[in-house]
Amino acid sequence: MADNQVNGSPILQVRNLKMHFPVKEGIFLRTGKYNKAVDGVSFHIQAGETLGLVGESGCGKSTLGRCVTRLYQPTAGEVIFEGRDITHMSSRILKPYRQDIQMIFQDPMESLNARHTVGDTLQEPFIVQKIGNRASRQKRVKELLEIVGLPARSATRYPFEFSGGQRQRIGIARAIALNPKLIICDEPVSALDVSIQSQILNLLIDLQKEFNLSYLFIAHDLAVVKHISDRIAIMYLGKIVESSNGETVYRETRHPYTQSLISAIPIPDPHHKVNRHVLTGDVPSPIDPPSGCSFHTRCPQVMNECNSREPELIPLANVEGHQVSCHLCS
Amino acid sequence: MPEPLLSVNNLITEFETDEGQVRAVDDISFSVAAGETLGIVGESGCGKSVTALSIMRLLPQPMGQIMGGEIKFQGEDLTRLPLSRMEKIRGNQIGMVFQEPMTALNPVHTIGRQLAEVLLLHKDINKQQALRECVEMLDRVGIPSPDVRLGEYPHQLSGGMRQRVVIAIALACQPSLLIADEPTTALDVTIQAQILELIKDLQKDMGMSVILITHDLGVIAETSQSVIVMYAGKVAEKGSVYDIFDNPSHPYTQGLLASIPRLETEPKSKLSIIEGMVPGLLDLPAGCRFENRCPYARQSCTQFPPPLEAVAEQHQVSCFQWSNIKQELQDSG
Repeated sequence: MADNQVNGSPILQVRNLKMHFPVKEGIFLRTGKYNKAVDGVSFHIQAGETLGLVGESGCGKSTLGRCVTRLYQPTAGEVIFEGRDITHMSSRILKPYRQDIQMIFQDPMESLNARHTVGDTLQEPFIVQKIGNRASRQKRVKELLEIVGLPARSATRYPFEFSGGQRQRIGIARAIALNPKLIICDEPVSALDVSIQSQILNLLIDLQKEFNLSYLFIAHDLAVVKHISDRIAIMYLGKIVESSNGETVYRETRHPYTQSLISAIPIPDPHHKVNRHVLTGDVPSPIDPPSGCSFHTRCPQVMNECNSREPELIPLANVEGHQVSCHLCS
Repeated sequence: MPEPLLSVNNLITEFETDEGQVRAVDDISFSVAAGETLGIVGESGCGKSVTALSIMRLLPQPMGQIMGGEIKFQGEDLTRLPLSRMEKIRGNQIGMVFQEPMTALNPVHTIGRQLAEVLLLHKDINKQQALRECVEMLDRVGIPSPDVRLGEYPHQLSGGMRQRVVIAIALACQPSLLIADEPTTALDVTIQAQILELIKDLQKDMGMSVILITHDLGVIAETSQSVIVMYAGKVAEKGSVYDIFDNPSHPYTQGLLASIPRLETEPKSKLSIIEGMVPGLLDLPAGCRFENRCPYARQSCTQFPPPLEAVAEQHQVSCFQWSNIKQELQDSG
């Protein structure tokens, strides 16, 4: 980890990643079309950094997270973790890397085994990776519970005995159990109440500082993502349409989709004058994405070339690292 | 002042559970004026949905019962009406939109059949006329090619379109009151913006009142004229939307407003939090229900439940300490 900071090479690098799911059709279940859930995405994450991934349902953000953890085998592209290409590693060779890349899920009730005590759940990573003995594992479970702000006696209890926020703390404890370097957080606070959401966000920020964690933070709520992230990438139909640091994405928004996304957020201030361009229509299907720019069917500023030529994600001159994929900016 | 369209007085709703009687809504009162939007905000389990179901008399039976109070709607007390009369009001004068459009719609019936059902039930029209009205209604809620959509099933529509259908059903008979329980929570922000816009437009056209139930303070700020903040079955604070956002007087309201991440906040700064959790409805404290999480709590808060006190005209708060807190906040700048 220290090396990475010295030479500045990112902890995670994703290059032109594609995940196309076959769609089976007809009585012989022949594969005719593909659901292009992720269609050529590139990004990187530095050690200790948070990259926020924002988009609406079906834009491929969760699929992307699962490709990075190799829960899915990507169709094409590369996932490079600490300089090594893990895209095609066999599960045996991949196993040590699984310690380094962990995941936090949206619904802690579904991602915790209801028949296991919290202690069993938290010990499992150590058993799988053959680390320590029973006594040392139990000691570590207590430590983990303490780190995430739960009493040590929680270890003997079952998930249903906890509230949503506490269950998410258990999910976080499991994710940090093996001292990972990168955590994929897939909508970790969207199922929680407002007052609990801020507790969990604070916890994630504290843990990041303490253990120098890197996060890929996936969520649909731009305000939440902007709060926790160093950089933000906006996804639409399997592609990144704009990325930069949070302030730039918010204040110097260039892509029309990002603009509508920001203007759609209800602001908790009754004096705020709502001045919004409401997007018409729905997100098109990723099985038959529109030609050219995939946003052109809903774009308020659509031009002639938008339905024929696909824009590339290009860097803008205004701020370093600000990239936009739109013909308006080229 | 004109008679409000709906006034709920001292409503108490209880549920029978295996562990005992649970009071989900405990002595709440509010009213909705004609044409007004009332926002009810609160976290899971605070009783906001149970309040809506009590008004509609749709509490799960036989566990849920209205134990006290009255719900006055256009001069009638809904709590005392026979079910046959209630059925005439429900869907006709009061429409309801639920959170999850997929579960609110019947998956094995076409959109047209579900929409026509309401019209045929409440209006004296034949099938042909009903179908014509259905097409009109779907068009009005912004569904493209409505005559084709009529023959389709819910699964063929997207989430946003399904919610439009649910709204069309709720508004088919031009009700004077629409109750929307988390109507946009399951939807994406850009679709949420469409749906909120739609409800506002239709409200203007039809002059109806809306009760909007949500946990999202942004949605409340944007749509409501008056607001009720609920906590553990009680009203913590109520007032105009400006009272609540400009001059929050209950520590819970203050905590909620301070804890939401906003686009303007400094990235990775500490969000202010409300410590602890909502007390379980089975073992509620004798005093203030927010006492265990309240930064200003004193010994005296634990003895009796705080009554609603007036902060200003229309603005009420249920907190013993509210004026001390105000003073403290002023002194600290």
